[in-house]
Amino acid sequence: MQLKTFAISALSVAIIVGCVVLQPAEEKVALVLTKAAAKSGPPKLISGASGAMLANSCEGCHGSDGNSQGPAMPTIAGMSKNYMVEVMEEFRDDETKSTIMGRIAKGYTDDEIKAMAAYYAGIPFNGAGQGGDAATIATGKKLQKKYCGTCHHDGGADADDDSGILAGQWPTYLHYTLQDFANGDRAISQKMKKKIAQLLAEEGQAGLDAIITYLSSQR
Amino acid sequence: MNKKQFNRRDFLKVSGATLVTVATGFSIYTPSASAKAKARVVVVGGGMGGATAARYIKKGDPKIDVTLIEANPIYHTCFMSNFVIAGERKLDYLAHGYAGLIAEGINVVIDTVIGIDDNAVKTRGGKSYAFDRCVVSPGIDFKFVEGHSEELANTSITHAWKAGKQTQLLRNQLMSMKDGGVVIIGPPGDVFRCPPGPYERTSLIAGYLKKNKPKSKVLVLDPKDKFSKFGLFMEGWKTHYGYGSDNSLITWVNGEEGGAIEKVSASDMTVTSVAEKDFKGDVINIIPEQKAGAIAFTAGLTDDSGWCPVDLHTFESTIRKNIHVIGDASQAKGMPKSGYAASSEAKVCAAGIVALLNGEAPGSPTYVNTCYSLISFEPKDAISVAAVYKLAEDKSKIVKVPGSGGLTPGGDARNATYRARAAEYALGWYENITSNTFND
Repeated sequence: MQLKTFAISALSVAIIVGCVVLQPAEEKVALVLTKAAAKSGPPKLISGASGAMLANSCEGCHGSDGNSQGPAMPTIAGMSKNYMVEVMEEFRDDETKSTIMGRIAKGYTDDEIKAMAAYYAGIPFNGAGQGGDAATIATGKKLQKKYCGTCHHDGGADADDDSGILAGQWPTYLHYTLQDFANGDRAISQKMKKKIAQLLAEEGQAGLDAIITYLSSQR
Repeated sequence: MNKKQFNRRDFLKVSGATLVTVATGFSIYTPSASAKAKARVVVVGGGMGGATAARYIKKGDPKIDVTLIEANPIYHTCFMSNFVIAGERKLDYLAHGYAGLIAEGINVVIDTVIGIDDNAVKTRGGKSYAFDRCVVSPGIDFKFVEGHSEELANTSITHAWKAGKQTQLLRNQLMSMKDGGVVIIGPPGDVFRCPPGPYERTSLIAGYLKKNKPKSKVLVLDPKDKFSKFGLFMEGWKTHYGYGSDNSLITWVNGEEGGAIEKVSASDMTVTSVAEKDFKGDVINIIPEQKAGAIAFTAGLTDDSGWCPVDLHTFESTIRKNIHVIGDASQAKGMPKSGYAASSEAKVCAAGIVALLNGEAPGSPTYVNTCYSLISFEPKDAISVAAVYKLAEDKSKIVKVPGSGGLTPGGDARNATYRARAAEYALGWYENITSNTFND
């Protein structure tokens, strides 16, 4: 590769020396050089888009102002900056398995991820407010507090606990994410793994589903 | 002026008074237009590009007076229309109105634009709407093969490539077709709206037939040898529709095999390929070759390609100043003609216009495309393509950020779960992209 580049440079020097008489040849070489430049790597790209500009391009999938209309797409507004940066890095580095987010997260630099996370941290989270049977919601509330409440404070509504806003999140998204945790497709702490196992042993899938119904019923 | 391309000589011919206005708009760093008076933007076309641009200009600077002119009070999204054709959704699912835009302070005018002057848009209703900057998002128009026409498409041989009545007509034709019938689909040659669309349509029609009329066949007559998401569609057709076997629901005749369609005859429901071979169909759907929507030609915004060349940083036309072209009609070099791309271009264009009207330089752009295609409803199997783009420093093209994007991985058993999920994501994608566009 280096040798080839050198050869072309040497050729161009030779031609430039004789360029007055050898114009057609010079054009030909210019073309070769352009092609060589094109092959030498991708073109330089303009960076430095603002947080708002970067965030705009998320909104086609995640909803206006990052508030999803559901049911499988999560709302990304109102997350803490730390949490969103962490999640995006995990998608980007394939630590979290995904259908599409990994491919998209790979398009952004650390700084760009920070900029969009800072932007969305400042946008209010609007809860999904899904319906549900009152008794199931009450059970879910109780179980959420018992099994998840140590880390996901205030019924999962606290953005500052850096573990994502769960209260008011969309049910299909919550189901998928919990499946990913269970399958090892998403990084999970030992503590959370233990708590989920405990929940499933004591309350079964119905207990987990009740928690999801409770969470997605929040506004 | 509006009937031909704007050139330098025309520019010099315009009257003195107009010249002042035009000259002001030429420079990037003029004093803020909105500081002097309320700046006016007129958006022509209320589809994915136009409606999104109107919303994001208003969001970017609420002082800007934004008027959107659209011919129809209801817009039907072209994406997801294959769900309607396959009977998985009703036509109403695709329908969106403009109440959400009006609620945000955008003036919505239902009228047909017949011309774009240097500083005003003229409508069939006899009105004139003055602008400082104009956004044109007219979508596509068709180049019909011999024997085909819009009239015919409305009554028998559909294209259904703009959603609405033809979507329903094609659905009705499939429902009334006998078991054992042949459905002919004729995809266009490159470049066209929604590159994977004809093949999603093929898949979902095959899915409908498999379940309801299993003796029937889909015959695809294609001028191309390859298409978007090619490997994934081929694999999906094998998995779900027996593609490649003697009993395949789908037959695909490619360009090399003479698949390009030369003419159609509605009276005997026959399609003739360039290889002079006749194919009889019980239902025929031909998606013609395409070009920019009619107003782009009338306004002199197109070049020899039939599409509109633009500055990729602001989507301002490189032919006429102060007029921006987005969506399928524009040459967004490097991006596909998709609904999501139109939305992304609209946001970049809106940010550029807000900056320019406030006497600022447009900021760095970023673009995204995401696109889902369903291969099968039972079982649920969906694929996607995505990319994040940036503008090349020399602004000659929009470039996929290295390492980003690409296709859904192939379908091993482990991926089946994720591909079933992708079908759910496609529905969520629809909810979000449409509410992001129409605020509904």
